[in-house]
Amino acid sequence: MAEKSFTVTADTGIHARPATLLVQAAGKFDSEINLEYKGRKVNLKSIMGVMSLGIGQGAEIKITAEGSDEQDALNTLEETLKREGLAE
Amino acid sequence: MASMLKGIAASNGIAIAKAYRLIEPDLTVQKQTITAPAEETARFQEAVNVSKSELQAIRDNAEKQLGPDKAAIFDAHLLVLSDPELLGPIEDKIQNEQVNAEFALKETADMFVMMFEQMDNEYMKERAADIRDVTKRVLAHLLGVQIPNPSMISEEVIIIAEDLTPSDTAQLNRTYVKGFTTNIGGRTSHSAIMARSMEIPAVVGTKEATESIQNGDLVIVDGINGEVHINPTPELVQKYEQEHAAYEEQKAEWAKLVNEKTVSADGRHVELAANIGTPKDLEGVKNNGGEAVGLYRTEFLYMGRDQLPTEDEQFDAYKAVLEGMEGKPVVVRTLDIGGDKELPYLDLPKEMNPFLGFRAIRLCLEEQDIFRTQLRALLRASKYGNLKIMFPMIATLDEFRQAKAILEEEKQALLNSGVEVAERIETGIMVEIPSTAVMADTFAKEVDFFSIGTNDLIQYTMAADRMNERVSYLYQPYNPAILRLVKMVIDAAHKEGKWAGMCGEMAGDETAIPLLLGLGLDEFSMSATSILRARSLIKRLSQPEMEQLANEVLTMRTAEEVVQAVQSAVTK
Repeated sequence: MAEKSFTVTADTGIHARPATLLVQAAGKFDSEINLEYKGRKVNLKSIMGVMSLGIGQGAEIKITAEGSDEQDALNTLEETLKREGLAE
Repeated sequence: MASMLKGIAASNGIAIAKAYRLIEPDLTVQKQTITAPAEETARFQEAVNVSKSELQAIRDNAEKQLGPDKAAIFDAHLLVLSDPELLGPIEDKIQNEQVNAEFALKETADMFVMMFEQMDNEYMKERAADIRDVTKRVLAHLLGVQIPNPSMISEEVIIIAEDLTPSDTAQLNRTYVKGFTTNIGGRTSHSAIMARSMEIPAVVGTKEATESIQNGDLVIVDGINGEVHINPTPELVQKYEQEHAAYEEQKAEWAKLVNEKTVSADGRHVELAANIGTPKDLEGVKNNGGEAVGLYRTEFLYMGRDQLPTEDEQFDAYKAVLEGMEGKPVVVRTLDIGGDKELPYLDLPKEMNPFLGFRAIRLCLEEQDIFRTQLRALLRASKYGNLKIMFPMIATLDEFRQAKAILEEEKQALLNSGVEVAERIETGIMVEIPSTAVMADTFAKEVDFFSIGTNDLIQYTMAADRMNERVSYLYQPYNPAILRLVKMVIDAAHKEGKWAGMCGEMAGDETAIPLLLGLGLDEFSMSATSILRARSLIKRLSQPEMEQLANEVLTMRTAEEVVQAVQSAVTK
């Protein structure tokens, strides 16, 4: 399993547009990908799951990936978070 | 069978085309037990796939017409239709409980809707609407009913609707939508304002358009007389085609005035300005010979998105408008949010009386970050044209002084850091609260100008919600009470050597214009499409005669008497 933690820097948190980007990116991989925040874990391929977390600025989040392309998936998601200035 | 509906003439012109009903179909769901869950699941997946390709087409169309920002919402909708947390439980339900797809979808979607609605955040609550929107589309396919896709219309139509919301109108393709008619609304409702800015005829408030008109009926929208004809006789169609041609001819006649000054028959010049919402509206201002922008409604920069616009985004928009007007005056109204205009992402509490509540300058003086960002963007843009800044909903002198002090602070801060700012920026106020109209003489000593916002001034003076049809008879621009307030404001401005404008619907109204000219109004700001007609009217009027008329009507008892007096004086 691959995992990595991030701090959300976007002042709007992970709302509509950022959530869309993340879920779109996650959907390209076969691995099971989850997003954890405040002890709650949701499927990162689920837009409703991600939005339901209501992640705001400053939040500590963790992404885990498990499957054949887990490292690829994690790298891509990390790149998306950084490129869009969402988290670091 | 031919029939006719009466309504409120909301936007001039005549349109003849087939009806397109922009109406939600009946999506009632019955629970049914099924025997072939595999087939039912396949039927569900098929409905999802068809919905996806529809949404994809709508998304691409929105991107082309409105830009990637507006298309983003449909990306989120598409993801909902691929969401394993939504699709999984629905398919499980069909398999395990042997229920029909419609019921499984409705139950599951409702659960998510409830979950989002219960969240303690206005933005999240809005997401419930997204889920409802998307599932409605799938449900419609399962039920075999048609859900309207207004953005995909590809032939000339007249839109028939209960009412049109901003998001409805944003989807309408101007090439094909020739006119519209709604059940509810009045001259100042959103749908009416949109129709005028799109320059398409509209009749609103017909009460029963959606009941009486079927898809494909031939419809005539007579936006001049407020009539809607359904399946008219060939004779009537012919008569209207002639009227349409005559109207176009009249418009061509007015078009000759596009580069002329607005001067009354005896030589008094007044300024005819336009109300705009975005830099895109400048094209209409130019085509219609606007001499200025009398009201730039900046709230559109803040609406239809999920976060505040940045200072740079605002700067770009303000600069584009100032440059586009090439040195002609541009009156920018600072953020007027609240009342009927909400910003979900600000997460403001619901109010009992939003029109009397925490809105416009009241909000800006409290949430100063938002206000200061806007002021900085305006100040930075000021060197690109002739900027005038106007504060909305001013009720007390103190509010104006506070707003002006904040503006001065931001200006000094920018100057200190070496940013160029126009030397002189006029600052004025909207006069839309009766207390301010009454105290106009004291305000006039401190402001550079007044702009009378009649839509709100009338509703506050008459204590009648302009969104409430049952009290719409109280929306009386010609009531002597309103005219007296208008006179007080204009006289107060002139006494201090300041100018007075008007930026409500009334400024472009053919009955009001003669009176406003008589009362000495300096600037008339209206929908761009009303400018040429107003110019043509003013050219025929004599200032001293209108002054006399205005003085007479101020002593009249009712709005009806005023209208009669104007009509007999002007048409003679």
